[in-house]
Amino acid sequence: MALTETPMQAERARTIYEKSKPGRRAAALPASEVPEKPLADLIPSNLLRSEPPRLPEIAEPEIVRHYNRLSRRNFDLDSGFYPLGSCTMKHNPRLNERVAALPGYARLHPAQDPRRAQGALELMWLLQESLSEICGLPHVSLQPSAGSHGELAGLLLTRAYHADRGEERTKVLAPDTSHGTNPASVTMAGYEVVKVATDEQGGVEMDDLRAKLAENEGEVACLMLTNPNTLGVFDENIAEIAKLIHEAGGTLYYDGANLNAVMGHSRPGDMGFDIVHVNLHKSFSQPHGGGGPGAGPIAVSDRIEPYLPRPQVVRHEGSNGHGPGFDLDFERPKSIGRLRGFQGNFGVFVRSYAYILSLGGDGLSEASETAVLNANYLKARLKAGRAGERLPIAFDRHCMHEFVLSGKPMKRDLGLATLDLAKRLLDFGFHPPTVYFPLLVEEALMVEPTETETKESLDAFAEAIEKILAEAEDNPDLAKNAPYTTPVRRLDEVKATRQPVVRQQLEG
Amino acid sequence: MTRYTSATPDDRREMLDAIGVGSAAELFEQIPEPLRLGRPLALPDGMGEAEVYERLAALAERNADAEAQVCFVGAGMYDHYVPAIVDAITSRSEFLTPYTPYQPEISQGGLQVMFEFQTAMSELTGLPVSNAGLYEGPSSVASAGYLAMGATKRRRFVVSRGVHPHSRETLATYSVGYGAEVVEVGLEGGLTDAAALAEAVDGETAAVILQSPNFLGAVEDVEALGAAAKEHGALLIVACDPITLSVLKPPGECGADIALGEGQPLGNRLDFGGPSFGFFCATEAQIRRMPGRIAGETEDVDGRRGFVLALQTREQHIRREKATNNICTAQALNALGAMVHLAWLGRNGFRELGELLVQRTAYARERLAAVDGVELLHTSPVAREFAVRLDAPVEKVLDRVAERGIAAGYPLGREYPELEDGLLVAITERRTKAQIDELAEALGAAVAAEREGVAA
Repeated sequence: MALTETPMQAERARTIYEKSKPGRRAAALPASEVPEKPLADLIPSNLLRSEPPRLPEIAEPEIVRHYNRLSRRNFDLDSGFYPLGSCTMKHNPRLNERVAALPGYARLHPAQDPRRAQGALELMWLLQESLSEICGLPHVSLQPSAGSHGELAGLLLTRAYHADRGEERTKVLAPDTSHGTNPASVTMAGYEVVKVATDEQGGVEMDDLRAKLAENEGEVACLMLTNPNTLGVFDENIAEIAKLIHEAGGTLYYDGANLNAVMGHSRPGDMGFDIVHVNLHKSFSQPHGGGGPGAGPIAVSDRIEPYLPRPQVVRHEGSNGHGPGFDLDFERPKSIGRLRGFQGNFGVFVRSYAYILSLGGDGLSEASETAVLNANYLKARLKAGRAGERLPIAFDRHCMHEFVLSGKPMKRDLGLATLDLAKRLLDFGFHPPTVYFPLLVEEALMVEPTETETKESLDAFAEAIEKILAEAEDNPDLAKNAPYTTPVRRLDEVKATRQPVVRQQLEG
Repeated sequence: MTRYTSATPDDRREMLDAIGVGSAAELFEQIPEPLRLGRPLALPDGMGEAEVYERLAALAERNADAEAQVCFVGAGMYDHYVPAIVDAITSRSEFLTPYTPYQPEISQGGLQVMFEFQTAMSELTGLPVSNAGLYEGPSSVASAGYLAMGATKRRRFVVSRGVHPHSRETLATYSVGYGAEVVEVGLEGGLTDAAALAEAVDGETAAVILQSPNFLGAVEDVEALGAAAKEHGALLIVACDPITLSVLKPPGECGADIALGEGQPLGNRLDFGGPSFGFFCATEAQIRRMPGRIAGETEDVDGRRGFVLALQTREQHIRREKATNNICTAQALNALGAMVHLAWLGRNGFRELGELLVQRTAYARERLAAVDGVELLHTSPVAREFAVRLDAPVEKVLDRVAERGIAAGYPLGREYPELEDGLLVAITERRTKAQIDELAEALGAAVAAEREGVAA
């Protein structure tokens, strides 16, 4: 591989602070119009700042150019295939951006009197109703800001539910293969994690579950699961699992990261789950924004409802010739309280409700069906090629919306780690799958194509994997030193942790 | 086929053949039969793009937004002017549609934005370390509490009643989980009662939590109040409004260990409360306990400058139950909006904006205090928001003023029963002198009408 720098590589990173020059500016502010007084007459001088923060000094054209240049140093979903497992990188409809930007939403103050925010509250109520139907659970709170926030909410709800019954439970069960947020949320909620073993299909190891429930009798507050499980397979024991956890007095929590597999096909509430979080930025098309914003509403059963965060959006039947009205209900004596400011990530609710309206019930069901079809097709394509031998499927049967490959034979036979394959994929213009998760699969690659990809994209990805494996048979160093074409090449992540430089040093 | 999928009947046939099944339904047979829904979802049929737009535009019409009303409401979120370049840049696909930058080689744009943002927030707060953003303000307070517990091995927070009610309530919600006690200290003349605070802090206190300007708009003497924390080895956590850091002494110069707050005033729209972001800055001593993503500078194999997610060993995807926090998001797009807004304001514009707010707020405060039936709730110094008392029921006065197209402020009785007659009024650069004069006139008329029992 010739190591000539690409033009993008030749353009070394410069921050906006390094483009600053005293005297330049973009903003033109209005005149105060009011009689002015010396600042120190209004605020005691010991409370005032002596020097302004050293923000950049730069004119508008160069700000725009700077961030446009930076944007070109990002790979994004609109540029290409992004099969990041468990992240559901589906198309983000631009209609949703347009409606979310309507002034009636975008410039609505969150403390507006509910009587003058009826449209916003109605939209929230309609979204609650839709998510309730999709999840098969009667009550919804939109408040949590993200999936992990929903998990924390679910655990606090569980704590409140048990406390109300005079019980204090200390342990939460979670599979050893769960998303990292699950155990992190458990600790934050003041519980101790008890790991449950995973069987070879990625499901809950039933004997271990029974053993853990027996060992911790009366102590288990909750079991946190995702279904389809982390190998992309539906856990067919779910009804039995629900029965066991309920008999033990615990709640069953559904991590909604994988909901995109089952919308309109199977509902967490019908599976026996008590609390579900929904990632609006996954199944419901909110753009990921390079790492937020998202939202993580929760749906719950009747027995959990009294403890939901406050305020709740409620609907009042109309009277005296008026139609129905909507309000924020703060009078919830058993509520766990607030999880955040105001009513939640409303702008995300607008986008996700627009998505639900666009697709309708049938469309959501078809989206999940196509997601499952695409995943199984890509799995079959890969299996038919070199990947069948080098990157075997971790559990080879029909998958749901995603599947996991193991790079173990590739590493053993070609000397190529999963990381090397991932980095080489960058040169082919693909975002790699999620790597090294789940932990139970050695050298794991977790692939989630989503329903919005064409067959042609899936074919192209399979061909890229085929080419990388073929070239590695002759020259494994090609992948080991990849990528070559990206704005920067492999970065020293260890240095960034050992000697962290987390801000620009500025002079003057 | 929906608008967002592409599989034609032929595609489906070929794909099913490659899989070796006759229909997609077969793929769902792994779901036990009793758990299959077996009916369509009870949701309306899908709608065309124009229909969805019309439906949602009709709902939007039923809200009195800050374009329909002159907005003097603040209470943590403010009607600032968001420059056009913020919309232009944050709507670029390359920023809008990627995920968290787990593959740094193809995420340099987003990572560099985080690095620039961290630098800006560090400058604003006067603390050396910033993360890339948290959900929003109140939950950032709760995350700071969690950090303080880890740092001090203590389980008690002393919190000023001047801290935003949503922050105090969120902290209380989280504290039930992580097992902490929250002690509240009252206000005196609009400011945290310093004697009561000193009394409440002891060797069991993990953190003292203040807000400046506080919820009533008053600028606290953070340095003086914080002395009690220092004396007992507790962390000093200060919530602040980032816009006011243009003129107020930064928390880092007042002894704060952590400075945090609601980021909405920087480049983010009101959005009925979200999404926005929380900022979170701390001393070097806390860097390995920080919640959230942090971008760091490094080099690639050829020595090129680059950026990566640093200190990931703090985080849930590596540390699982031992993580410093469960958060994954950085509200990256919202933080980008803030960074672009700050660059647009620039070093001088930011300062000018802060001074403008202080001047107009002083004018508005004086103007309203001169109105019959309106008096100041406190006379402590303020920056961009102040509190008054009304000699008439506040909600009724607000209704009357709303008739004139003005949202006059935030009724304090909603959160402070002892301030039933209180109204919190916020000023941004969008609120002109003429609007302030009209507010004064409208408030005076509404209070008078209420007192005289004139029918609304």
